[in-house]
Amino acid sequence: MGAVKIEHISKSFGDQSALKDINLDIAAGTLFGLIGPDGAGKSTLFKILTSLLIPDDGKATVAGLDTVADYKQIRRIIGYMPGKFSLYQDLTVEENLNFFATIFGTTIEENYHLIKDIYVQIEPFRKRRAGKLSGGMKQKLALCCALIHEPEVLFLDEPTTGVDAVSRAEFWDMLQRLKEHGITIIVSTPYMDEASRCEEIALIQNGQILQVDTPDNIRESYEQPLYAVKATSFYQLIKDLRAAPFTKRVEPFGEYLHLTTSGYFPEEAIYNLLKEKHHEQIEVKRIDATIEDVFLELAG
Amino acid sequence: MRGAHKREERVQPRSWQKPEEHKTKPMSYAIEAQNLTKRFGDFTAVDAISFNVAQGEIFGFLGANGAGKTTAIKMLIGLSRPTEGDASIAGFDVYRETDQIKENIGYMSQKFSLYEDLTIAENIRFYGGIYGLSRKRIKTKTTEIIQELGLEEYVNRLVGDLPLGWKQRLAFAIAGVHDPKIIFLDEPTGGVDPATRRQFWEMIYEAADRGVTIFVTTHYMDEAEYCNRISIMVDGRIEALGSPAELKQQFQTDSMDEVFLKLVRA
Repeated sequence: MGAVKIEHISKSFGDQSALKDINLDIAAGTLFGLIGPDGAGKSTLFKILTSLLIPDDGKATVAGLDTVADYKQIRRIIGYMPGKFSLYQDLTVEENLNFFATIFGTTIEENYHLIKDIYVQIEPFRKRRAGKLSGGMKQKLALCCALIHEPEVLFLDEPTTGVDAVSRAEFWDMLQRLKEHGITIIVSTPYMDEASRCEEIALIQNGQILQVDTPDNIRESYEQPLYAVKATSFYQLIKDLRAAPFTKRVEPFGEYLHLTTSGYFPEEAIYNLLKEKHHEQIEVKRIDATIEDVFLELAG
Repeated sequence: MRGAHKREERVQPRSWQKPEEHKTKPMSYAIEAQNLTKRFGDFTAVDAISFNVAQGEIFGFLGANGAGKTTAIKMLIGLSRPTEGDASIAGFDVYRETDQIKENIGYMSQKFSLYEDLTIAENIRFYGGIYGLSRKRIKTKTTEIIQELGLEEYVNRLVGDLPLGWKQRLAFAIAGVHDPKIIFLDEPTGGVDPATRRQFWEMIYEAADRGVTIFVTTHYMDEAEYCNRISIMVDGRIEALGSPAELKQQFQTDSMDEVFLKLVRA
């Protein structure tokens, strides 16, 4: 059964088109990633799915419920962690959690098994006001509050933005464990490297879905030959590679440049050309595409 | 103990004896820090860090939240007086020559850099004016920046109306309006789309190629990979320093994320 079904959803703000004809089908129990940069439309889509915003066109259902007609029921069965920290800053950790349990007509004890793993990490600070917590702690508390009524579908809007690498890794481990409780989890993130933590992902940019598939299938969909190239002078290297006859595209990719060629060229041919241009410490190797390579190709 | 440090801080006029020494010394490094330390009461925020950054190098300064990065940077740019240790920026001493330091550095952060309700030209004029550029110089700089970025048609547009990628490149160009020797970048490309991010890094490579030193602070590991060398701070100390390739080898992993995790969790 589909946990989330989106059909031809569009939304504009004034003359700014935020979402253009979005279609998605997410199976129940999936850990699904919505991956795209700031301004891609991720939060707008989340607001529509959580019934906080009405689309201009199209329709969406969550657990079979219509996001417009059945908004009251939807709000009872979903958990939502907005991008901006939205808990009560001047209530303590414990008070916040109690508050959310109460408005959903449950108690912390009843669903403690769901949040236990996460809550034990913030329990030492349960008397501290939420506003005084560190970024990683706030994120954990917000997740507990979104989970306390045992939702069927959990929406997490950029939960790892602005959080350091350690907390990010821990957060994804937690989501993995939550998935085992049968909750459908939909996460948005601007970090391409988090894609591999999801079972299925949608790449989104400028309000449009570029591709939907498993991370592996998306990586494998990159069909042109791809090389990682490195030499001492990066700036010169970019210029020389762009001017080379075999080059289709050149993109900086951390410590390497990624070179896409039109047709296969032996590494040696590329190496020799750079040698002729007096580059030093040249390294050329054939590589597999990353999600980001695919994103650049599709968005470009 | 606590009072002693405070007093020490005040009466320590570091190397006042030979002020001319720095001016004649040939500048080998854009940034030099030796045992740089900052204590707040009995808490040591920055614990004797030492590192050098070569001219034209792209240097990444990393650390977990609360590791002491911000305190260290404040000392480097002359906003906070060190408790102990030495540092020089573009050859200027962080205790005595804080004004010269400010004239020789540029700063850009993704979130706070430009005035959105001023036009492109007005932003350039504003920052040029702050750095004391002559009217004539501001004019040439404006033409230069606009040509370089290909913004001719948009000179009189409000910055707030520009797409993010353009804003970002403009912010970088303006951070260099006074031709600083070193540009500090604070999480310059976090959350930015992959194509824009790459255009931005190409601009940085170009600046580094001209000899401008780039000092990047970030906690995005994929951003760190673009730097020539990286330092990672943990609890006030620099626990790792090297090129991304060296660090990955040293920690026997193939991603900077893992290097960072191994260090911080250790």
